[in-house]
Amino acid sequence: MTTSLDRDTDTRTDGDPAPRAVDADATPAEGESPWMRRLPWVSGPLMLLALVGVWQFAVSVVGVSEFILPAPAAVVGALGDLFADPEIGSHIGITLLEVLAGFGIALVVGIAVGATLGRIAWLQRAVQPALVALQVVPKVAFVPIFVIWFGFGPTSKIIMAALLAFFPIMLNVMLGVRSVDRGHRDVMRGLGASKWATFRDMELPTTLPYVFAGAEVAIVFSVIGAIVGEYLGGSQGLGYLVVSSLNALDAPRLFAVIVLLAVLGSLLYVAVTTTKKLVIPWHDSVRTGV
Amino acid sequence: MTTQQTPTATTPTWTPPPVRRDEFDAPGDTAEPMGSRAVGLRVAGVDKTYATRRGDVHALSNIDLEVGRGEFVSLVGRSGCGKTTLLRVLSGLLAPTAGTVEAGERPAWVAGRRDDTVFAEFGLVFQEANLFPWFTVLDNVALPLKLRGVSKAQRRTRAAELCATVGLSGFEDSYPRELSGGMRQRAAIARALACDPSVLLMDEPFGALDAMTRDRMNLELQHIHAVSGTTVVFVTHSISEAVFLADRVVLLTPRPGRIRSVTPIDLPRPRSVEVEATAEFGELVVGLRRQLDEED
Repeated sequence: MTTSLDRDTDTRTDGDPAPRAVDADATPAEGESPWMRRLPWVSGPLMLLALVGVWQFAVSVVGVSEFILPAPAAVVGALGDLFADPEIGSHIGITLLEVLAGFGIALVVGIAVGATLGRIAWLQRAVQPALVALQVVPKVAFVPIFVIWFGFGPTSKIIMAALLAFFPIMLNVMLGVRSVDRGHRDVMRGLGASKWATFRDMELPTTLPYVFAGAEVAIVFSVIGAIVGEYLGGSQGLGYLVVSSLNALDAPRLFAVIVLLAVLGSLLYVAVTTTKKLVIPWHDSVRTGV
Repeated sequence: MTTQQTPTATTPTWTPPPVRRDEFDAPGDTAEPMGSRAVGLRVAGVDKTYATRRGDVHALSNIDLEVGRGEFVSLVGRSGCGKTTLLRVLSGLLAPTAGTVEAGERPAWVAGRRDDTVFAEFGLVFQEANLFPWFTVLDNVALPLKLRGVSKAQRRTRAAELCATVGLSGFEDSYPRELSGGMRQRAAIARALACDPSVLLMDEPFGALDAMTRDRMNLELQHIHAVSGTTVVFVTHSISEAVFLADRVVLLTPRPGRIRSVTPIDLPRPRSVEVEATAEFGELVVGLRRQLDEED
């Protein structure tokens, strides 16, 4: 009786790959049903449809002025006109360049500074006041200064995008570098691993999820930085198109450019999360879709 | 176990069928010629004092211990008696304040600096499996070989063999999060065995497992020890686990941690779970228990 019970428990213990109660660090996301996984793909389009419905309702039934809220059809028409304009490509290209350049700079500098500060405790303490000061200052207020310093060209926008994107990356990497598990460290020390091997096999993989967590926020911030920069100066980019549409009181075109910006921002964000899924498929955030 | 202790300079102490040690030994491995004497690990006069904010803590006092080659020694004691500290000193993770640690006649600490070539001979298993979540089971097991520069094909073959040894065949490509606690600890043991350690140091490796899994892991560890002939130092707070596995049980008492007694366990091997029902086993456990209780 007892032996058969033992064996029964045994097979369940070791034959079943599902995490058990003793596994403190395992997450139960495996049990997610296919229905739950597909839900966002159903709810997303439905919500978009509802939004357009309410929008159309406000225009045709409530009778909101066309200058305040153009009809969805008018915005779609304006989008068509935008793409008919041969210059749209260069406007999109300029904004994309500013966003990506700013994001790239923030990524490189943010990882370098974050890793350095994360490793050298006294340096981090020393620059802490400056970091806090820079962080709490509303950074978009610097745009006019950058325009004075770097002119109305893309440079001032790139710097704005980089500045906004820098902090989430730097702070996450700083945290990531410090988050190496003590037990993992013991394993590497016990094996007499070299500094390089310790970095390659332990510190880098530990930090990568933090880099991506920072990058996901940073790509959104880069878009904001570039657009705000374009609002305030210059004659190129989607931010400029927003302002010029406003000045021309062309509400449908204004809405169309904003739709374009939303699509651009979403595509960039998806690019980052897709990269994350490819680089760290083992990480919990990839599995649970957070 | 003691019958195996006739190693020569060229013959390894053991040649288990599935584990072809000779093929995988790293070139820089020079411990074997030292193995003419049957001492696996020698600890002499080890003292450890920690500096904490509330003053110095004397964790270990004058520890002398000799572990024979291929011998299985259990360290038991209450929480805080310094058994983990002692194991960390043996593992090279903590420098002793005084005293020496020798593996196969070679000092492991020279003037406060650890000799990595000595510690490379050790396999470590911790209370937590400490597997890397970014590696598959196979890559985790192969990690020590990777660090030694073994080629990818060779270390994959070797790691797959080790997975089979610890009963993880079929899970080589799983990630640690997909394993149960017992399976993770098996993988950790396989990783510790990857470089054919001459000494296996285990710090309550089954402490976080349920009783059923624990019994089974003890049986498998006994088997692995019998097949590999590795010297094992096993820390546990369970007296019956210590008695079941060991050739000798070392009892530590706390504040400061010192060796209170060394009890030889002459129960015949291989031991099955039934041995725990024998009068002899019961007497050994009760005797050790009494020694522990006398402290209070």
